[in-house]
Amino acid sequence: MSLAMDREALTARLVKAERRGKIRAFLLVAPLLAFVVLSFVIPIVNLVTQAFYGDLVSSTMPKITVELAKWNGKMPAPESLCEAFVTEYKAAKAKDPALPTRIATLVNREFSGSLSKMRPVANNELSAPYCDALAELNEEWTKPEIWNALKLVSPSVSPRFFIQSVDYRLNADGSIRHENEENSIHLALFGRTLMVAAAVTLFCALLGFPIGFLLAHLPTRASNLLMIIVLLPFWTSLLVRTTAWIALLQQNGVINDTLVALGLISDDQRPVMMYNMFATLVAMTHVLLPFMILPLYSVMTGIKPNFVRAARSLGATPLTAFWRVYFPLTIPGLSAGCLLVFILAIGYYITPALVGGQSGQLISNIIAFHMQKTLNWPLASAIGTLLLAGVLLLYWLYNRLVGVDKMKFA
Amino acid sequence: MNFLRPNLPVYASKLEITWYYVFRAICVAIFIFLLAPVLVIIPLSFNAESFFSFTSGMLKLDPAAYSLKWYLDIFTNGMAAPEATLSLSWLADSWARSQWMLALKNSIIVGVFATLLATTLGTLAAVGLSRPDMPFRGPIMGMLISPMIVPIVITATGMFFFFSKVGLAQTYIGLIMAHALLGTPFVVITVTATLSSFDRSLMRAAANLGANPVTSFFKVQMPLIMPGVISGGLFAFVTSFDEVVVVLFLAEPEQRTIPRQMWSGLREQVSPTILAVATILVILSFILLSSLEISRRRLEKMKLEPST
Repeated sequence: MSLAMDREALTARLVKAERRGKIRAFLLVAPLLAFVVLSFVIPIVNLVTQAFYGDLVSSTMPKITVELAKWNGKMPAPESLCEAFVTEYKAAKAKDPALPTRIATLVNREFSGSLSKMRPVANNELSAPYCDALAELNEEWTKPEIWNALKLVSPSVSPRFFIQSVDYRLNADGSIRHENEENSIHLALFGRTLMVAAAVTLFCALLGFPIGFLLAHLPTRASNLLMIIVLLPFWTSLLVRTTAWIALLQQNGVINDTLVALGLISDDQRPVMMYNMFATLVAMTHVLLPFMILPLYSVMTGIKPNFVRAARSLGATPLTAFWRVYFPLTIPGLSAGCLLVFILAIGYYITPALVGGQSGQLISNIIAFHMQKTLNWPLASAIGTLLLAGVLLLYWLYNRLVGVDKMKFA
Repeated sequence: MNFLRPNLPVYASKLEITWYYVFRAICVAIFIFLLAPVLVIIPLSFNAESFFSFTSGMLKLDPAAYSLKWYLDIFTNGMAAPEATLSLSWLADSWARSQWMLALKNSIIVGVFATLLATTLGTLAAVGLSRPDMPFRGPIMGMLISPMIVPIVITATGMFFFFSKVGLAQTYIGLIMAHALLGTPFVVITVTATLSSFDRSLMRAAANLGANPVTSFFKVQMPLIMPGVISGGLFAFVTSFDEVVVVLFLAEPEQRTIPRQMWSGLREQVSPTILAVATILVILSFILLSSLEISRRRLEKMKLEPST
């Protein structure tokens, strides 16, 4: 009886001690965790939210939001709709003079030309009946397009930016139409980004495999020396390396000059190697190659030479021994390197922006473009969310297959 | 170095010997691909002309075709009186007004504080993560590493939105936080890797001898994982020193860092001054890499002789 009591008491104390250990371990991690949540997770969640949530219209003009949801889309618009719009739009101006333009900009993205039609509504004195007053200002108010655009932007939750980020547009009645030709750029860019990432991964694998093999099977002194050649570019500023590729690849750059001096090409037939897809591929391969070499190297150093020797002594040709025995053993390193390079490549921004010209731009560049040039921030957020989803999926896969703690840099 | 001396077995066939040399040639070509871009900018930065390519004079090794003027330009660009003779006031003018000096100051301020923050938080977290009783280790580790994986444009965009809301955009604190965040995964990974070879019984021994957890951390664990902490900190510093996208999104023009200055140089007025700066950076990274290599060797030595 007392023995059982003792055991119970002991177990309780053990559980308590274990819990204390867990809490202690967690407390050590907690500061960084809090920092990451505050400066990274919350901003990212906020970005994702922006992609489908925007309460600018619904919070400043609640009545029109309700009226538009009730409206059946038929013209002429009911007087209650016109009245709600005019009074609330003017009230918004009274609250903050910048609000009408911000709202009109949103509407303008759905139906271009709306900006110039909405502005007078806030600036002129209008009296009932409001539908006639609006029609007097501009006859567009008698047509359904501008009301439909208003209806599209008024709900606080809307999937329209996700639909736009794959080159479709949402209609007010909930149907979807294809974006017109000159604005259909996003899907092509997603496709191009995947192609470039795949190509860069392939190039890195092709170039990284021999180097990993060489480094892994040379004597330590020699391989340490050569490892510095691999790591020096890795440690050199990305902008420095990009600058170097500009110096090498441009029209009057080192490579073209050398080719002309050697008589391989004539002076007026210098190939264009800069500010295009070619430059993006070359520079990205160069930048990401060490990420392939390092995991390959660490896997290959663990492969015992006895395996290949055994295969040879059993009669395999060198090629067979390599392909059937050695290569399968490198798969963990190869897949780790490929996944890592691919993940990093699909989010690449700096190199394409500097050396890619028009044809070498990737999806990250269009996000920056919408952030800085068109100022269509929800669209930028929606494209970013799609990219993020892809990257996190691959990251999860990487974590399952390789494990994040297996990553090494030195 | 026996890079070219074949150490093939005697039974190797002709084909194998040929392949051996072909393979080495391929490797040499890849090494040239890796190294050439880094090395080619060094001579180009001494160009007397304002080109990004070798002039005929440079190829003939004509001393007149080489000059240090782009290095001088780093100090004088933006100065009030660049033509003045070298004196204390010239130096003061350069330190106060040169565009690159301004960028250097910003890079160092942001880099140093971001490194301190990242290294402190990252090391603590790595110590916690390496304890065998850490709960939810996998998911937490995954989350802590994710700033390295998420495309930088997405991180910068998210930070821009959020930091603008809370008044951290266009402040040094915001920049330092952002750069510290980008550096922490490197610290966590490097220190965790170092801790994996740390003998935990040493901590128990310290506790047994009467040390409290804080003392045994600073007196026993910390000195042993120091090489990992240093290389993690170096990674964090280099990450900050090389970061441009967050600066583009979050910083105001007065807060431009060296990469930001290079960025606008590459996009607006391409001048060999960038090559001069790049050369200095290459030399700095070479020094960094060497010091890292030295610390790694020290760590290996320590592993070999655990008694010292």
